Amino acid sequence: MRVAVHVNGRPYERDIEPRMLLVHFLRDELGLTGTHIGCDTSNCGACTVLLDGKAVKSCTLLAVQADGADILTVEGLSQDGRLHPVQEGFWEEHGLQCGFCTPGMMMLAVELLQREPDPSEEAIRHYLEGNLCRCTGYQHIVHAIRYAAQKLRETRESS
Amino acid sequence: MIPMAFEYHRAASVEEAIRLLEQYGPDAKVLAGGHSLTPLMKLRFAQPAHVIDIGRLHELRYIREEGNVIAIGALTLHRTVAESATVRQRIPVLAEAAFRIGDVQVRNMGTIGGSLAHADPAADYPAVVLALEAEIVAQGPAGRRTIRARDFFRGPFTTALQPNELIVEVRVPVPSGKTGSAYQKYPHPASGFAVVGCAAVLTVDAETCRDVRVAFTGVATQPFRDTVVEDALRGQRADEATVRAAAEKAAEGVQPLGDAFASAEYRRHMAKVYARRALLQALTRAT
Ligand SMILES: Cc1cc2nc3c(=O)[nH]c(=O)nc-3n(C[C@H](O)[C@H](O)[C@H](O)COP(=O)(O)OP(=O)(O)OC[C@H]3O[C@@H](n4cnc5c(N)ncnc54)[C@H](O)[C@@H]3O)c2cc1C
Ligand code: FES
Ligand code: FES
Repeated sequence: MRVAVHVNGRPYERDIEPRMLLVHFLRDELGLTGTHIGCDTSNCGACTVLLDGKAVKSCTLLAVQADGADILTVEGLSQDGRLHPVQEGFWEEHGLQCGFCTPGMMMLAVELLQREPDPSEEAIRHYLEGNLCRCTGYQHIVHAIRYAAQKLRETRESS
Repeated sequence: MIPMAFEYHRAASVEEAIRLLEQYGPDAKVLAGGHSLTPLMKLRFAQPAHVIDIGRLHELRYIREEGNVIAIGALTLHRTVAESATVRQRIPVLAEAAFRIGDVQVRNMGTIGGSLAHADPAADYPAVVLALEAEIVAQGPAGRRTIRARDFFRGPFTTALQPNELIVEVRVPVPSGKTGSAYQKYPHPASGFAVVGCAAVLTVDAETCRDVRVAFTGVATQPFRDTVVEDALRGQRADEATVRAAAEKAAEGVQPLGDAFASAEYRRHMAKVYARRALLQALTRAT
């Protein structure tokens, strides 16, 4: 089955089996291994990508369901060699240890900040319900997202 | 984990989906959001030879006010229901339940029709559609028919749908009068599904409980209306003491599920606690 998508702004077309999961399509067909597979059972959120702007768990979607969509993965966050504010937040606030959950955490944070420019700490914690981290205890992740929110608001105000 | 190989069909209309279901019979499965079916296929608990993707039938994504009924298209996402101004204003209990389903990513993909058709005994919507006396509209080769929520759930993962029928719409009557409603859920800490979920709809008239509806999910092998609690409240004074006493009767005459996380006795106890919380919240909202 032919699947055509845009990933991080670039068009891709592949012939695949309908049973191929989106996460395998991204990693194995397109070589975009920034999207991780953690649990493979829809629980951990490591595989989160944005599908037409919405955060989804790519281990729980068939690639054929994404046919025609615009997909954003962690590889698409930085622009012209400059980190995205969410990436910068994780860097500055030490939002990761092993880094396994990080791509999923960042993609969810991007969706959150598109919808809520100034989320409270509590709102961030609620939003992260579907993303598990076994290292940080979440505190630094929450700080990282607060940092990114602030940064994004500043950039918006100055432009 | 990778599903068994299958043939993929993308339905361009409801009629085409029904035609494909007729053609492939028991070998076919409809795919909406895929957030129950795909995990099952990955575990190979489900191995359909034909998958009929209805995810692009945008004509089934809507929330419409039709007088005193809110009509919700089968493919409406949990997130859309949770955030809909219409639903939040007119049937807040439904928005509340939608907001408690899974997590952000699940709510971005899962659909109301998929959740009802799947009929997981611990899913959230079933309790709420029972308490709201909603109707489920199914379409098959012979046209549409309407199934009352209380006739819809037939057992765990079993419904009144025929194999060649699609859910196309859910019709929710807006409660009238001084009515308060609430959904209270005790989520399983790992899966997020309801260990106990209780939906309560309470109509108060002259300080009396004129109408009351209480429904549970998670407690037994299928969602159910708790008529014992309802009977203990109907016609009685609408006050906290009456509600607390009635909630003590929760799940009477029902055999609760027991598992490694929650024994049957524990579920029965929690049913009382969550009935009390849902009813007290509904009472506050009604008065
Ligand atoms: C991590 C995770 C956590 C979850 N937590 C919860 C939770 O807390 N509470 C809860 O209630 N649910 C939960 N769910 C389930 C979720 O709500 C699903 O989205 C929902 O049960 C199924 O909807 P779907 O659109 O994804 O259906 P699908 O998975 O596409 O389909 C499910 C079943 O229904 C059939 N079907 C789908 N649409 C129709 C239709 N219109 N007509 C006839 N048959 C149809 C399919 O053939 C299939 O058998 C969770 C799921 C995941 C992955
Ligand atoms: S790998 Fe997809 S949710 Fe864990
Ligand atoms: S940083 Fe290791 S899992 Fe989150």
